[in-house]
Formats: sequence, C-alpha cells, structure tokens
Amino acid sequence: MSTLVFLEHHGDELLKGSLGVLAKAATLGEGDVAGVVIGSGVRPLADAAATFGAAKVYVADDEQLEAPLPQPRVDVIAQLVRDKGIDTVLFGNSVLAADIAAALAARLDAGINWDLVDLVQQDGKLVGKRPALQDSVYVDVGWTTEPRIALFRSGSFDPNEQGGSAEVEDVQVVLEDFSTAARMVDQAHEESEGPSIEDAPVIVAGGRGLGGPENFTLVEELAKALGGAVGATRAVVDAGWYPYATQVGQTGKTVAPKLYIACGISGAIQHKVGMQSSGVIVAINKDTNAPIFEFSDLGVVGDVHEVVPKLTELVKQRKSS
Amino acid sequence: MKIAVCVKQIPEGNSRIDPGTKRLDRGGEGALNAFDANAVEEALRLKDSTGEGEVVLLSLGPAKAQDALRKALAMGADRAVLISDDAAAGSDLVATSYTLAKALEREGADVVLFGQQAGDSDGAVLWAAVADRLRLPVVSQAAAITHADGKLTVKRQTEFGYDVIEAPLPAVVAVSDAINEPRYPSLKGIMGAKSKPQETVTLADLGVEADRAGEQGSRTEVYALNDPPARGDSMKIDDDGNAAQAIFDFLAEKRLV
Repeated sequence: MSTLVFLEHHGDELLKGSLGVLAKAATLGEGDVAGVVIGSGVRPLADAAATFGAAKVYVADDEQLEAPLPQPRVDVIAQLVRDKGIDTVLFGNSVLAADIAAALAARLDAGINWDLVDLVQQDGKLVGKRPALQDSVYVDVGWTTEPRIALFRSGSFDPNEQGGSAEVEDVQVVLEDFSTAARMVDQAHEESEGPSIEDAPVIVAGGRGLGGPENFTLVEELAKALGGAVGATRAVVDAGWYPYATQVGQTGKTVAPKLYIACGISGAIQHKVGMQSSGVIVAINKDTNAPIFEFSDLGVVGDVHEVVPKLTELVKQRKSS
Repeated sequence: MKIAVCVKQIPEGNSRIDPGTKRLDRGGEGALNAFDANAVEEALRLKDSTGEGEVVLLSLGPAKAQDALRKALAMGADRAVLISDDAAAGSDLVATSYTLAKALEREGADVVLFGQQAGDSDGAVLWAAVADRLRLPVVSQAAAITHADGKLTVKRQTEFGYDVIEAPLPAVVAVSDAINEPRYPSLKGIMGAKSKPQETVTLADLGVEADRAGEQGSRTEVYALNDPPARGDSMKIDDDGNAAQAIFDFLAEKRLV
C-alpha cells in the first residue's frame, strides 16, 4: 500500500484533523505513509509532519499556492499520484479538503468515499465505515479500482505525536489554466479573542432559540459555572449576536468536548457535523420535533429561559457546598 | 445570463436503504432537496439582477423526479432537463459527475449552481468534481454572490471566517443555505409551471458511454449494512418545572459536575 495524506494547514500550523488522519494511516499496516504539504513558505511544516508519523513528506511550495483554494492543489496531488504510484489518498474533512478530494476523484476517475469514520483492512480489502441516514445505519464501503480516495468525518481520529524525522521531497508545481482562474481577494483571518473553544472540556452553546443576543448571558453563566466555553450556531453568528470565533459547525469550529449543552439550537446538519463527536450531548429546546433530540443523550423539551438559569444555580450550589 | 442549477429529488420523509440493492430506496413521494431550493432562489436573483437570461434546472434521477423539478419551476425557473435512464441507476460520484458534466456542456451556461449539502448527505461534494470535468473555476460555501464585469464575487464562510473569492465566468458555485431565504411558489407560479418545458433525456442523448454510467461507470461499492455502535440510552423529557434538576442529576451521574 502506498498512502498519501493531504496535510492541511492554517497559518503556520498543520490542522489537527489532518494529523489525526495521518495517525490512522500509519495503523493500516504495510507500506509507507507519506504526507503532502501545499502552500507558500510551508517547508517548515514538513518537519512538524514528520513528528506525527509521516515517513515521507512531499512539499509543494510556490507563491501561486498561497491562497487556500482547492483547484491548484488538485493539480499537485494528481501529479503526485501519477508519478509516485500512490494507491490511496486520504483527507480529513474541511471546506478545502472536500473540494480537493471530489475534484481529484474526477481528475483521476478514482472512487471516492466520504464522511467515513473509520478505515480498516478486512479480508484483504480496505473497507470504509460510513454512517448514513442520520447515523441510523453504518455502511461498509469500498473501492473497485485504484487509486482510492477517502474523506473522513471531522474528529474521527486523534493525532499521535511520536517524534522522528521524514524524508522531504520537493514537488514541481505545474498548474492548469482553469485551476488558477479563481482568485482569493480577501482571505479569512481569525479574530483571536479569548481561549479557543476547540480544546474546552465543556461547551455550552446557544442558538436562535435564545430569542436575542442579550440572552447569551444565560449561556455564558452556565458555561462559567461548569468551567466551560461558549459556542454559537451559524444562524446567531450571521445575525451578529455572537462572534464568529465561537461558531460550531461545518463552517466554524469542529469540537468534541466531554460535555456539550445545546441551548435553543435546532440541530441543523450544518451545526451537527461540528459537534456530533462530543462525549455527552444535552439539548434544551422548546420544539419537541427539533432534530437535535435525535442525537442528544438527554433532551429536554422546555424553555431555555426557564431551564438554563435554574441549572446554573444548581451547578453553583454544588460547587459551593 | 444563462444559469444552470443542478437539483436533486430526495425521498420525502424517512429514508431507508434497500437491503437488496444496498441503495437508497427512491420509491415513494419525492421532494426537492432543501439545499437546492437555495440554489434555485439564488439563480432567480442573479437573473433578475442582470435583467435577462434563463434559469435551467438539471437533474439526474428516475422519471418521477419531474415532480421535484416542477416545484423548482413553480419558484420561477424557466425550463428543466431530467436525465433519466435505467442504466444510470447506482451511479457513484465519478459516474454522476461525468453524466452531469456532459449535460452541462450541452447547455453551455455562464453560471452553474449547486446547493451545498452537508457531510452526511448523498452527493455532498459533487460540484467540485463537475467543475473539474468542465475545467471551470469552482467556489463552494457561498454566502453571497455578486455579478459584475463578467465575473462573480463570492463571499464564503470557512472554518476560519469569511473569504472573498473572484471567479471569471463561466464558473461553478455551490451555495450554502445561509445565502438566502427561498421563496414559496405562488399559486400563479404553480399553475404556470405546468406549461414550462420539461425535457427528459437519456444517456445516449448526452453521448455518455455505457461504461461511464451506473454501476459499470462507478469506482466504489457497498459491502454491507450494519447497525450503528450503541450510543447509550437516549432520553427525552418534557419540562414540568423540574427539568433543570433532571439535567443536573444526569450530569452528576456521568460525573460531569
């Protein structure tokens, strides 16, 4: 097996999701695991990748690759797959990675399976595990040809830092005309206010059901009492109720705290994919049909304005007793 | 401006996977995929902003997918093309993107729109594959689109905040559900939809070779359907005034407070 993992970065750090996939790839048995880092001024990231289990790191370092756009990256990876005889290409899900993976499948006429939560060797074949239909069924999926492309659900694997060094090889960058047609005019820069919610053990999140931005204090107080961080849905971030840095979802942060308390959140797919890997999920929503109840450990049909302050009081009492 | 919108019919209500074929059961009443309504809405808005043009719906599916297309026509789209062919059943992403690209080449639209679906739905990443086959620029997760001077300016949201991307036409864009609030068809729109052109084409009409479609044209397969790992007991209670206590007790039992 010759596996290549797309190592996504933001700023000067490799993303945890990519490193998790790298750790998974290393457990798949025989054959070397290589990573590919693509961007401008990204050579130092190759050494970082080595400490997380890559035996080899391909580096495509070119000014034209500065902006995190998918199409130039497809050109680079397609070339690598052809030149190096790579048979399996793995991606950790993200807005960027999903676009690259799908376009790569078309470019190479390769099979792609996505939203996988695991990949195993079974009877001499690689088998992906894919939850479907609101996770009510797990489908075993495979590939009929090589190369195989897989895109994993966010948070499926933890990175494994083990030290070590890797062979680093520079890749020549030849881009297609249409791949450079789209241009990034303004790139997202994260406002870094306060601690990131990604590592918080407890997250209390608020949605539109709070009724207004002023009611986020209910969420903040409960979070404080539990020693946790505050999260928000895209709807309330869009509405300007709460800062983007706290947004949990497909766009926004992917989190997996021990405890996630969803207050006035309906549980749209956009939100679900960002928090479904949480340990215990508690939801409070006045709509008994809210989808969030389908993936909550404890669902409360009730008014957040009533339930949340009472719960905060109980937690505080416990702390002071 | 000519705008093509790729839409999909999805089963209404609870879906199931047919244990025999291991495919999604597409029997029963069909609905327009909710995310695609955002794409149709955006297409109509773009057409209005340029003052002229056409909105063409494109779909791959069984004959009764015409129902979902009629719903989108009732919103205001001008005509619909359904690619319907028994030989296309079981197409995976590689095969579907090939067939759709063939149909889109035939239309030659300035803008191709998709509705952005999230991770756990079928065809969640189709647009990027179609764009690659058409050799066109692609932008996904669009939260706002403006058109001027032969190019689109797209504001989109990623994990890190908002990007602004410019793409010359023709281009492929996947829109997020944050982009607009799809209109409800008016009674006039619903009545008018019945007389709008609805064409059905086969793979042969599009020049799609038999070995590029359906199972033959696919590169992935399904081995087995399994029960999901147990998530533990899930409870749902109504607040009778004691829900806060119930949550607290639950958290205490799990040693989370």
